[in-house]
Amino acid sequence: MLTFIIRRILFAIPTLLLISFVIFFIVDKAPGGPGANIPLTIPPDVRAKILESMGVNDPLMVRYVLWLKQFFLIEPGHLIDSWLGTDWAGDAQRILSWESRSPVFDVIADRIPQTFTVVGTAYLLAILIAVPIGVYSAYRQYSWFDQLGTFVALVGYSVPTFFTGFLVIVVFAINLQWFPTIYDTTLQVTDWASFWKQLRQMAMPVAVLALFNAAEISRFTRAAMLENLSQDYVRTARAKGLGERAVVLKHVLRNSMIPVVTVIALGIPNIFGGAIITETLFAINGIGSAVIGAIKANDLPMLQTLTFIFAVLIVLFNLIADILYGILDPRIRYD
Amino acid sequence: MTLRTTLLGAAAVMALAPAAFAERGADGNVNVLYWQAPSIMNPYLSSGTKDVEAGSLVVEGLAGFNEVGEVIPRLAVEIPTVENGGVSADLTTITWKLQPGLLWSDGTPVTAADAVFTWQYCTDEAGGCAQAARYEGISTVEAVDDLTVKITFAAPKPNPYQAFVGGTSPILQAAQFKDCTGTKMAECTAQNNAPIGTGPFMVTDFKVNDVVTLAANPNYRDPAKPAFATMTLKGGGDAAAAARAVMETGEFDYAWNTQIAPDMQAAMAGGGKGVFVNGFGTLVERIEMNMTDPSPELAEGMRSTSAHPHPILSDIKVRMALSMAIDRQLLVDVGYGAAGRPTCNLVPAPEMFASDNTGCIPQQMDAAKALLDEAGWVDSDADGIRDKDGKKLAILYQSSVNPVRQDFQALVKGWWNELGVEVELKQIDASIFFGGDPASPDTFQKFYADVEMYANNFDGTDPEPYLAQYLCDKIPGPDNQWQGENINRFCDPAYDALVAELGQTADMAKRAEIAKKLNDMLTKDSFVVVPLVDRGRLSAHGNTLGGVVLNVWDTELWNAQDWFRVK
Repeated sequence: MLTFIIRRILFAIPTLLLISFVIFFIVDKAPGGPGANIPLTIPPDVRAKILESMGVNDPLMVRYVLWLKQFFLIEPGHLIDSWLGTDWAGDAQRILSWESRSPVFDVIADRIPQTFTVVGTAYLLAILIAVPIGVYSAYRQYSWFDQLGTFVALVGYSVPTFFTGFLVIVVFAINLQWFPTIYDTTLQVTDWASFWKQLRQMAMPVAVLALFNAAEISRFTRAAMLENLSQDYVRTARAKGLGERAVVLKHVLRNSMIPVVTVIALGIPNIFGGAIITETLFAINGIGSAVIGAIKANDLPMLQTLTFIFAVLIVLFNLIADILYGILDPRIRYD
Repeated sequence: MTLRTTLLGAAAVMALAPAAFAERGADGNVNVLYWQAPSIMNPYLSSGTKDVEAGSLVVEGLAGFNEVGEVIPRLAVEIPTVENGGVSADLTTITWKLQPGLLWSDGTPVTAADAVFTWQYCTDEAGGCAQAARYEGISTVEAVDDLTVKITFAAPKPNPYQAFVGGTSPILQAAQFKDCTGTKMAECTAQNNAPIGTGPFMVTDFKVNDVVTLAANPNYRDPAKPAFATMTLKGGGDAAAAARAVMETGEFDYAWNTQIAPDMQAAMAGGGKGVFVNGFGTLVERIEMNMTDPSPELAEGMRSTSAHPHPILSDIKVRMALSMAIDRQLLVDVGYGAAGRPTCNLVPAPEMFASDNTGCIPQQMDAAKALLDEAGWVDSDADGIRDKDGKKLAILYQSSVNPVRQDFQALVKGWWNELGVEVELKQIDASIFFGGDPASPDTFQKFYADVEMYANNFDGTDPEPYLAQYLCDKIPGPDNQWQGENINRFCDPAYDALVAELGQTADMAKRAEIAKKLNDMLTKDSFVVVPLVDRGRLSAHGNTLGGVVLNVWDTELWNAQDWFRVK
């Protein structure tokens, strides 16, 4: 197992390097430039100077190599410095956003908490809801519960979040005035009152995202359960006189978890990626809105760095999913 | 009527009353929403309106503009003029006097040296200062004594109120920024996100593109202001969400630039929690006519250059007919509602500079058709499209991707089709259209189309630099990397001469007269620029926020020190 993991990690390095170059190249070659955000009242010569000072005009390879150095050497150095109080990175130039001129990693650090809180909670909630629903729907296939579950999943998966989000805003925020429409990122949870406030501002975005995620996971769980329920070993287990609870929850569920775990594990990078639409709708200002903001502003350093981090996470969680297979199914051995 | 006026007056007095007794910090927190979130607090590093306006709460200039466009003192004792001796008679120097006893928010004194530093900071060759145009034409800025700043211009400057005037040109604290000059400008993140200033508020926490937390400046020059102890300047969402948060849910006290569709404006106004405020500045949505031939049959480097006059639009009658066929009021009703009004002027404001040109407002379809007949464009083959000498009257009409612009394009296309003109529409992503990349064929400067639509305005109240964009030597072309501002490739020696005259005229009445004449030369005399809509600012504030005066000449937060809670 260990050699498998090491081999996979070593193999990931050239893959990620290639990905980083492709991302850098594609993002750079995309049409449009940061100049579009400079108002027309700024004269052309001043505009040219501003772009020059951002380093927009440097050749692609120069910027790429500098970015690699900043990403893999200077930024980790800064991180270690801030943990240990050392001075490895010194005052070397960090990756600066073109739009805000702030270090990209500081912006990401600012944004991770709210994305984790909202998107992460929604994902967790979705799993907690979806797996039991999927299991029960499969166990009582074509019952009214299954039909209802199928309907809700269909709605949840096919109605886009910008619609459900807007719907809950109109109903719960404007008409009933229960929840705020704008997420307050400065809120510190220190007592019950602020905790209640936090719950209220999370309620709508979490509900919208959880519905969307739960729909997908519950369908996968149901399908995997159905496939296993008709297997011979289930009949054998029942014939041995095992209780229904043990048959379903121990034998069938465990065997059904393999595709479900894949879906869940591969969905986790999306938590880091944030939810672009939901975050914009509720003004959550997490990673998702940072991505869309960087796209709008043609803030290439920000966009390239974020996209690359997503790539790293996807590679990482693929690996984790593979390892989990081995744990769930003892027949799978990688040595 | 009299009774009503009296009652209104009484109501206004009641509303203003709390301000009179207010003391600093008495009204708690005020929530402001900028849906385009501020990304930096230093306007010298970002020209974006959101950043300049957020910064203006903290850093200020010597003077600013009020809601009618007059220059008003901020850090200065008074506005220097030729009459009071502050501006030299030959218009080459201006001398500002700082108010005595001014303190930065950290308690150190504000001196003339800070102004000198700011000038050096922004004009540093290595820096890339976003507001460098504010300091153009200045040969030196010197500190005569601690409270006297003397600016010397290289040539007579009829409008000397550029440097240190308005939100785009504030004074920075030399002590804080001394290590942030030149190439270090962008690297001073801590300073740029929390500058020390003289404004009513100071930054306590800054989250990039998310939220700025501010507190009342303890050293603000008026001891009774600001009435609010803290301000939360939140960003994010979109214009509709921002309007909703003020007008319908009441979560926020003020929302900036709530530019939403007219039917939504009406629906939200019924929410009862707030009001929309609007103001009109100089932003004009216009159709620009290409005076040169953009035909793809021409070689690259020849397209849209002065070497090839436009085969159709060079005829003023065609341009005039295209303008006459447009119903500008309908465009306003569809696209902007309270945030727009029809205009025929390139310079719609300030009032003294606005020409009395309203002839284009009524739609004149029949007269337009007659004009095209007269110009020789007739539908000889009965296919519904006019032609002349075997050439069809067909034009390519481009704009940036934007829902309102696409509505406008569809409407205008309808009118022009009715006129017998074949119209092809093209939409280009804004980041490309305004991106200025000389390699792209789709920038508005390159203008590879017959007509194009966008909006432009000018900074401050003086239209001279704006009108000077239409000089012959500012035509974009391959020789200047397509960077000129004379988008139409308009070239008239009489116009150039008049702009030169404007540059040497100090008398305001005379300046206004010349500016109006220049405006008319571009619009109603030549139809090179076809103005459509004077686009105002539309913002919203809650019913409990008092003291809001929308100002289109300076930043919207220009009088945040006077805001108070209506109790």
